[in-house]
Amino acid sequence: MRKLSRRRFLKGALDGGVVTIALPLLDIFLNDNGTAFADGMPIPTRFGTWSWGLGMSKSIFVPKKTGPDFDLPEEIAALASVKKHINLYTNFHVFQDDAPNLCHHSGWVVLRSGIAPLTRENRPGETIDVAVARQLGNATRFRSLSATATGDVRDSFSYENGNSVNTPEWSPLRFYQRLFGDNFQNPNASTFTPDPAVMIRKSALSAVQEEARKLGNSVGADDRARLDQYFTGLRDLERRFDLQLKKPDPREACIVTQAPQDLPIGLDAGLLSTRHRMMTDLMLMAVACDQTRVFNMFYASAFSATTKPGYDKPHHTATHEEAVDPELGYQPNTSWYTRRAMEEWAYYVQALADFKEGDGTLLDNAFIYATTDQSFAKIHAIDGIPMFSAGTAGGRIKTGLHIDGGGTPGCRLGFTAQQLMGLDIQSWGDKSNNTSSAISEILV
Amino acid sequence: MLLTGCERQSAVSAEPPQSASPIRTRLLTDKQYVNTITQVFGADISESVLPPIPPIERTDGLLASGAASVGVTSDQISQIQLAAATVAQKVVDEEHRDFLIPCSPESAIAADPVCAGLFLAETGRLLLRGSMDETRLAQLVDVASYAAEQTEDFYDGLALALEAILISPEFVFIVDSVEPDPERPAQQRLDSYSLASRLSFFLWNAAPDDALLQAAENGELHTPQGLARAVDRLLASTRLEEGMRTFFDDMLAFDEFNSLAKDPLVYPMVTGTTLEHAREQTLRTIIGHLLVDEADYRDLFTTRKTFMSMPLAALYGAAAADGWTSYVFDDDSPRIGLLTHVSFLAANSHAVRSSPTLRGKALRERFLCQKVPDPPPDVDFSTLEENENATTARERLDAHNSNPSCAGCHLITDPMGLTLENFDGAGIFRGIENGATLDISGELDGIFYDDVDGLATAMRNHPKLSACLVNRLYAYGTGGPVSLRYDRDSLKWLENRFVDKNYQLPALLRELTLSQAFSSVRPAESSENASIAADDTIGSPIHTAETSPSLAKTGNF
Repeated sequence: MRKLSRRRFLKGALDGGVVTIALPLLDIFLNDNGTAFADGMPIPTRFGTWSWGLGMSKSIFVPKKTGPDFDLPEEIAALASVKKHINLYTNFHVFQDDAPNLCHHSGWVVLRSGIAPLTRENRPGETIDVAVARQLGNATRFRSLSATATGDVRDSFSYENGNSVNTPEWSPLRFYQRLFGDNFQNPNASTFTPDPAVMIRKSALSAVQEEARKLGNSVGADDRARLDQYFTGLRDLERRFDLQLKKPDPREACIVTQAPQDLPIGLDAGLLSTRHRMMTDLMLMAVACDQTRVFNMFYASAFSATTKPGYDKPHHTATHEEAVDPELGYQPNTSWYTRRAMEEWAYYVQALADFKEGDGTLLDNAFIYATTDQSFAKIHAIDGIPMFSAGTAGGRIKTGLHIDGGGTPGCRLGFTAQQLMGLDIQSWGDKSNNTSSAISEILV
Repeated sequence: MLLTGCERQSAVSAEPPQSASPIRTRLLTDKQYVNTITQVFGADISESVLPPIPPIERTDGLLASGAASVGVTSDQISQIQLAAATVAQKVVDEEHRDFLIPCSPESAIAADPVCAGLFLAETGRLLLRGSMDETRLAQLVDVASYAAEQTEDFYDGLALALEAILISPEFVFIVDSVEPDPERPAQQRLDSYSLASRLSFFLWNAAPDDALLQAAENGELHTPQGLARAVDRLLASTRLEEGMRTFFDDMLAFDEFNSLAKDPLVYPMVTGTTLEHAREQTLRTIIGHLLVDEADYRDLFTTRKTFMSMPLAALYGAAAADGWTSYVFDDDSPRIGLLTHVSFLAANSHAVRSSPTLRGKALRERFLCQKVPDPPPDVDFSTLEENENATTARERLDAHNSNPSCAGCHLITDPMGLTLENFDGAGIFRGIENGATLDISGELDGIFYDDVDGLATAMRNHPKLSACLVNRLYAYGTGGPVSLRYDRDSLKWLENRFVDKNYQLPALLRELTLSQAFSSVRPAESSENASIAADDTIGSPIHTAETSPSLAKTGNF
């Protein structure tokens, strides 16, 4: 666009509003007590999910003690440095009721949607992050973001409905470009100049929306639902255009780094770790820059095919084919894989804690919900499925606790999380997974 | 009642009178997006963006069938908008505007509705796969004019109007539009634009070109001669190769290669490039055999003709020149047909070892359209643990055959997968495994054999082989999964035509595209009623559904 026309546009379309705005840095970020930004806006709450595959080796994963000061058995020893930031939930159940136990599917679907799936293709309802994003995601460039460490674009535990999976970012370079490429508005930039094309896009969009609406009237019910979804997406686009016309609030922890190198394809545990850490760093920088407030990180799939150097069974195969060592009382190679997952969970939590925000950290203003697909994967067990949370959601959650669920629904944690995020729900989950009982032990 | 010879012939060759396929609303696939942008604006424009289309779930064996039910999330729509903006800006930039825009504005810093209208009418027709009505065109011209006035730049205005086309649901979705069929009262057919789209996306995997749209506009596509002319032109084009490559890439589930890797410690010779070439080798073999040689489809499973490249030569122990060259395996080579290609063998193995079960499962699901059930959740793995130190896969999998709860499924996959055990997890030939000689005898649906030649022949002669190709092509061409409730007779008729035409692909494509089933439509089945899938389930009655790719990749095999 030519400079003259940009100026003319702004004068006309924005009533002579801001053209170039100088912004002082650093000391304007926060109010005196550090709980809100200087303009009085509270520091936003964020919601994240994290997932690992294939559960645990119960005898060396579940601490003997509950409550604070719980012990860290060897399979979760890697969590020592972040123990104070997390809660561990054990002895919570996933119920299949009259649905089949779909191996490596029922567990994660129930914990994310509250509903037991009827078939392997079936993705009932919507996932918890989608519900939360409707509440938290309207003020940011991305309503939510998903990323996977596996390098496989099909790996996602986030869906709007049975036919609409939120596509994860799978390539670090591509993720970087999407987040911090041409369309990124650095919240700490000293100047802000709205793009004149945005307002025009908004006016053009109404014609497109009209077409979407007309088209929806000419097709069958299922297809109409898909076109209605498209129409809704166009409305959301309008919201994003509005955001692009507003000067973003400065963000202290937002420091964009150089673009990363891409990584080769593969699921070697070392490579997976590298990719997980790169994707985590990018994701959390996007959160720190307030590009999104809802974010999903996928470390390994339910059928995790992670490989161990020198061992001929990928993770999932090992869970089934490896014998329980009679002396150790667990499957040593399978446990090796779970330990790698716990190291990555620790990295993720620490990374959140390393972002300074106000007088605390990003983690203090977040709630992370971490789930898996089985408890004891060898026999496809879904009772006693382990879960974690991290963060205090703005000081509203106690951390450093091990909670024994006593066989109550695992959906209680998802229900608690949604209430924390401000969703007006009285219960969550279907049939035996339904609960209206928050996990009160963790509430401040 | 007895039929005379002529009547019998007529009964066999006539298409079932009720033949019709469902009305579809399909999301463009990523390749269709790219091919369409390339066709309308050129490759350098399409290469400037990553296709913003979400991944599509494989449905009844095809990603293309999943496109008939996948939705687009809000996040994905924003990616579609970003790609649209990038494409539109490129089209109007100084490098491209002179040859992509058919007129020059009177002033580059002002609106020019006439020139904008000319460009938008032409381009919109190609992108939206049909002429726009006057109201729609006027709306877009208004967008261009308003934007040009605001920005004082004609081309910026035009770009914003083009962007509006590229995010419109009519571009992103291929929506079938129908009309009453004057030849068959009470039946409906695709209107001529929708028929043009169905033909073009099927055979070229791209939107209709100008000539096909003209044939639609002047009514030719709804005359038998005009339709035949259009089909023959599409079939004669070199672009048919792109269309059929995409189809076979989909049918063989080669999207697995997008995330396929082998453990470099176990298979140091296998890199990402090697695997890309393995995929390409098989596609070249298929296209060469079916389109260039017009040979019998079944012979793909016994042919020793293929293509070779330098990266693959080391894996095959073959000599190769630079680039791709035709290559014939020796008659006594263990390489015979598609099942012995590195692509099939490596894609259906683990990262660190081969898998007879995955290979047997893929053989049935990809080429015979049979579904292998999931393992039951309460399966007892203790016998496998006892076999953990087995020397060969046959010894290890012996537990499957001796345990009744395993045998139900594994007997339908392992006997043919074990015949391929002379090829390791990367598809490299091995005479022995862990020092032990391999027993590669096996059985495929009652046909017993001693070696891989026997498996290849049994596969070639399998009664489901050609029916499966017909099934997949029909689903791919008509844009969604087949329904045995409605399509059984049409499929059988098409299969008979395929047999009559000596199993030649071009002839089958012609029969299918000229069939009544291709252009006549019936209402779409709702998802609640569309429960009769086309693929046969074999083995255990506990089948739930076709297993996901990730299950196949990592299952306990």
